[in-house]
Amino acid sequence: MTTLKPSTKLLKPARSVGITGYGVYIPRYRLPAQEIARVWAGGKAALPIKEKAVPGLDEDVITMSIEAARNALARADIHAHQLRAIWVGSESHPYAVKPTSTVVAEAIGAVPNTQAGDWEFACKAGTEAIVASMGFVGSSMADYAMAIGSDTAQGRPGDALEYTAAAGGAAFIIGPAENALATINASYSYVTDTPDFWRRENQKYPEHGSRFTGEPAYFKHTTSAGSTMMEALGVTAKDYQWAIFHQPNAKFPQRAAKMLGFTPEQIEPGLLAPVIGNPYSASAIIGLSAVLDIAKPDDRILLVSFGSGAGSDAFDITVTKEITNRQDKALKVQDYIDRRTEIDYATYARMRGKITMK
Amino acid sequence: MEIPRHWRLKQQRYRLVGEVCQHCESKIFPPRDICPECGGEADTLYTFSGNGEVYSYTTVHEGPAGYDDSTPYTVALVKLDEGPTVTAQLTDVDEDSLQIGMPVEMVTRKLKNDGDERGMIVYGYKFRPRMAVA
Repeated sequence: MTTLKPSTKLLKPARSVGITGYGVYIPRYRLPAQEIARVWAGGKAALPIKEKAVPGLDEDVITMSIEAARNALARADIHAHQLRAIWVGSESHPYAVKPTSTVVAEAIGAVPNTQAGDWEFACKAGTEAIVASMGFVGSSMADYAMAIGSDTAQGRPGDALEYTAAAGGAAFIIGPAENALATINASYSYVTDTPDFWRRENQKYPEHGSRFTGEPAYFKHTTSAGSTMMEALGVTAKDYQWAIFHQPNAKFPQRAAKMLGFTPEQIEPGLLAPVIGNPYSASAIIGLSAVLDIAKPDDRILLVSFGSGAGSDAFDITVTKEITNRQDKALKVQDYIDRRTEIDYATYARMRGKITMK
Repeated sequence: MEIPRHWRLKQQRYRLVGEVCQHCESKIFPPRDICPECGGEADTLYTFSGNGEVYSYTTVHEGPAGYDDSTPYTVALVKLDEGPTVTAQLTDVDEDSLQIGMPVEMVTRKLKNDGDERGMIVYGYKFRPRMAVA
């Protein structure tokens, strides 16, 4: 194995880049984990979260991405025609063949002079698109690119995944650092072939390696990505105000944060799994959006995503003075969390197409 | 299968693109190239804000083909802030909170499958109770 010097491991574009705008979408319906336990475990199960966000009958990755993208454009205060890429990361694209990204681009008015493409890497497809956007803008090929992570996650009825598999989306406009509400100082990606979770072609529900999903998958990749990037930058957890980790449940991100030296206070604003569940590609970046909603100029933020299969993208982010001008220009994460309508398992089964009609 | 029609209407359906009359400045939706107010030519595109209020509404319990999977749902006449009134489904709304005059905003949602689950998915405008930006 070739060993790189720490500083050469970082992904840093030639031109400084940052986040020009961001926006989220979380559907209004909530299914309490206790309700799943009532149906499948006699009401007695260790609950990994309080409740999860469930999409309505007329919602999917395309509709959620459109609203998140509109919120990001409102914050960025640029015209959709200035976007030269619309990239959507998801593992629940509505079509097997036909891009999500072209519908989103049409709906926000970004067509036709733009790149468009769909990305897939389990729960980190959205941050993959962010890294690509950094390269697109950082090479000066484009001034603005939009990266979206969005999922209507599936979990087999009664499976451990069903308690957390949720829905939501987040959109990030990456642009030049001089017009950014936060600069992205560096990124680092860590990937290996790890069979912790997968879904085969034409299968409705994913399979997972039970306890195997923890140590060799989630913890190995998130902590390696985070620690390698921090070492290369010469910083420690104490140098950050906030940290966000991918959130398959409430416990994993808390433990990963502790392993890297972060305190519970540093991860609290971005830890949303307990109240929205795990919206896969959107999980870590909705957490980042919640932190940006309350961040102050000069706050430094660590973001670490995780996608099964497996890999993590780490980002070192510094908030600029522009943040205060843009936070209130679109709905915030808390606005969507507060818009809450509790449903029972039967309603959830109808909304998610779990009842066979023919 | 109505693929050409869905394709032709995508701009007005996805993001409420109508027209504005160059003569009397009336905003027109759906676009029709002739101003219904002054009869003049009107082919300048205009994107509506998506904000409006419920003029009237009814609840559909027996939906037509393509919409029967989503009953019951509410259809409303929505008076847009710019003037025109459009017919559209309301979404993310509870029947007991519905009232005439209720402020609503446009969202782009799934309308139906064209044909069955093998057909294209048709997206378009619906309206929901307005969520205020702080």
